[in-house]
Amino acid sequence: MSELTQGLIQAFWLVVTLDPDLVEITLRSLQVTLCALAIACLIALPFGAYLAVQRFRFRRTVIAVINALMGLPPVVVGLIVYVFLSRSGPFGVMGLLFTPTAMIIAQVIIIVPLITSIAHQSLRDLWAEYHDLLISMNTTRRQRIVTLLWDGRRALLTASLAGFGRGIGEVGAIMIVGGNIDHATRVLTTAIALETGKGNFALALALGFILIALAITVNLLIHWLSRTETGGRW
Amino acid sequence: MVSALFPLQAIGATVRRKDKTLVGPVDLALGAEGITIVIGPNGAGKTSLLKMLHGIVRLSAGQVTWACTTPEAQARQAFVFQTPVMLRRSVLENLIYPLRLAGMPKAQAIAQAKDWAARIGMAEATSRSALVLSGGERQKLALARALIRAPDVLFLDEPCASLDGRAMREIEALLEQANQEGTRIIMSTHDMGQARRLATEVVFILQGKIHEFEPAGDFFASPVTAKAAAFLKGDIID
Amino acid sequence: MFRCLLTILIFMSVGPVAFAEDMKLAVTTSFHNSGLAEVLLPEIEADTGITVHLLVVGTGQALRLGAAGDVDAVLVHARAAEDSFIAKGHATHRREIMYNDFVFIGPVSDPAKLSAASTATEALTSIATTQSSFVSRGDDSGTHKKEMSLWDAADVTPEGNWYKSVGAGMGAALNTASGLNAYIMSDRASWLNFGNKGGLAVLYAGDPMLFNQYAYMPVNPANHPHVKAELAAQLETWLTSDRARILINRYQLSGEQLFTFNATVAQQD
Repeated sequence: MSELTQGLIQAFWLVVTLDPDLVEITLRSLQVTLCALAIACLIALPFGAYLAVQRFRFRRTVIAVINALMGLPPVVVGLIVYVFLSRSGPFGVMGLLFTPTAMIIAQVIIIVPLITSIAHQSLRDLWAEYHDLLISMNTTRRQRIVTLLWDGRRALLTASLAGFGRGIGEVGAIMIVGGNIDHATRVLTTAIALETGKGNFALALALGFILIALAITVNLLIHWLSRTETGGRW
Repeated sequence: MVSALFPLQAIGATVRRKDKTLVGPVDLALGAEGITIVIGPNGAGKTSLLKMLHGIVRLSAGQVTWACTTPEAQARQAFVFQTPVMLRRSVLENLIYPLRLAGMPKAQAIAQAKDWAARIGMAEATSRSALVLSGGERQKLALARALIRAPDVLFLDEPCASLDGRAMREIEALLEQANQEGTRIIMSTHDMGQARRLATEVVFILQGKIHEFEPAGDFFASPVTAKAAAFLKGDIID
Repeated sequence: MFRCLLTILIFMSVGPVAFAEDMKLAVTTSFHNSGLAEVLLPEIEADTGITVHLLVVGTGQALRLGAAGDVDAVLVHARAAEDSFIAKGHATHRREIMYNDFVFIGPVSDPAKLSAASTATEALTSIATTQSSFVSRGDDSGTHKKEMSLWDAADVTPEGNWYKSVGAGMGAALNTASGLNAYIMSDRASWLNFGNKGGLAVLYAGDPMLFNQYAYMPVNPANHPHVKAELAAQLETWLTSDRARILINRYQLSGEQLFTFNATVAQQD
């Protein structure tokens, strides 16, 4: 128990003194996960909407596969990305291994299925509501997808926040493809793993508390932004 | 202006879901003018008939043809559902939506939408969410949204099923005006008073088949079949 | 809102860090845990201008990274694996730099009487015969390989409920031993730096068998033309220099010297 209090105290001092190492890894955590989130959303949200409006032959199979991929262990994703980006792998010449870019790639792969699945589930319900009207209005598939994405944006926000949560707390994949290099690819989660390995539980917990606080801050910030945008109309 | 869509022709048109025939086979030819009212007991297939003619359910057999190509015809129709579907947007945005689909510039679309909001008495409510409107307001908004692109033909599926007298009067006025401005109206109702007020011709449907198709005056004065006469008298028929 | 998010992203998306006079060195967890790296790296940067990026991994993974050409050099401590690494042509040569030692750690109550042992093998035999709990890394790391060779030398096959192979790094294994109040073999540096000692203490050390030789191996540029062979050679020269000798020998943790520099300047082959 004393470790918890020590961790809280240490977290407090790290934040109050704006410890430069802490600021650096926190910003890198945000940079990696927010980039991954943006790319993942660009892929997953339209894909989720497409799955909701379009009936095709292997649709159920595709949905089942995506739901299964949600449970993919990050370590496996990390290994796969490592094999591709390694100097001996197919994309080795690009020299991306052990860079933030490699970490972003791994996180995109981890969170795309999650966001797609949640987006599809909520847009499917919206589509059931809109189906007759949009068909009657003679909309194109593209117009249907755009309409669902826009009118379902609150549910999609939840989907992207779930993706953010999974990304920011992920350690297995980015440890492998990022390498936890000090001042280059170290982020909050890999630093926590490192400190735990050293037995520095208090510092590890302190970083953990900061991670939690960061996740909460980002969630609140995004909700606040979305509220000002819709301006109390709803 | 006489629409280029008509005559509308249905030949042996049938809609089946699983083994059950919802409507058909239907043979029907509709001319370019007037208000066609579809009546018949519950479950007779009124909704299915309208959706089939509108082309939003797939035909199991037969065909429905317009005087022009089907894509052209589809772009010039609108449909008002019994339970209006509200987009999760403001009143104004609901009205803008079909205009923007058709590629109208934003400023023009907003002006036109505001105009229509005024016509349905909702000029003050344009920024409210469509989801908080009353039943009557929703149906008026759905009707305005359908009429805003001045469709050649408007289908309505019992639009006044759960409305009070005032809302019904407003909607009927809008329909008659639209008809005068050249929109062909094809509407189902179970309200015989409404049918008598609006119809220029009547389709009487029973068990998915067209039982009688007459000019309104003839139908209400002297229905040909015994079933239609019984229905008009208020008897339960099937 | 989405536009807003996008703006934030454009702000944050500073591309991948470009490595200029940078090289990547894979080292083992135990080396990194010693804290020596934090002393040496700034000196290396000051003397040679090379920024060394450390990849802290297990010995097995370090050698894999070297074989794949994902790092420019490796610094490990597992003689047999190193020889096979050279034999396969993954590195041009092997250069001994320094050694530290392993220690046996266990509960202060010392049920297996390790503190009375006179050799490392005797200590292990005593743990086995008293069936005292023993935590093994079990991760094919340098430390684990060393431990296996010691069991071999003691002529004991470690198996049974008392022998717990955890398949984890040094820190995690020490955490487990601390939780179970079990015996464990650790390098001295990791132990001294370890923050969760609990009821454990060093019970046996000093047998020359427990010395732990670190060797530096630059990745073969013939296999991987992109590796920074020149920087790797510069680093090797620095690591075997007089300056490195002084820094390494002088490095202390909790008042104890951890490493002994033993590079020979002429060993290059």
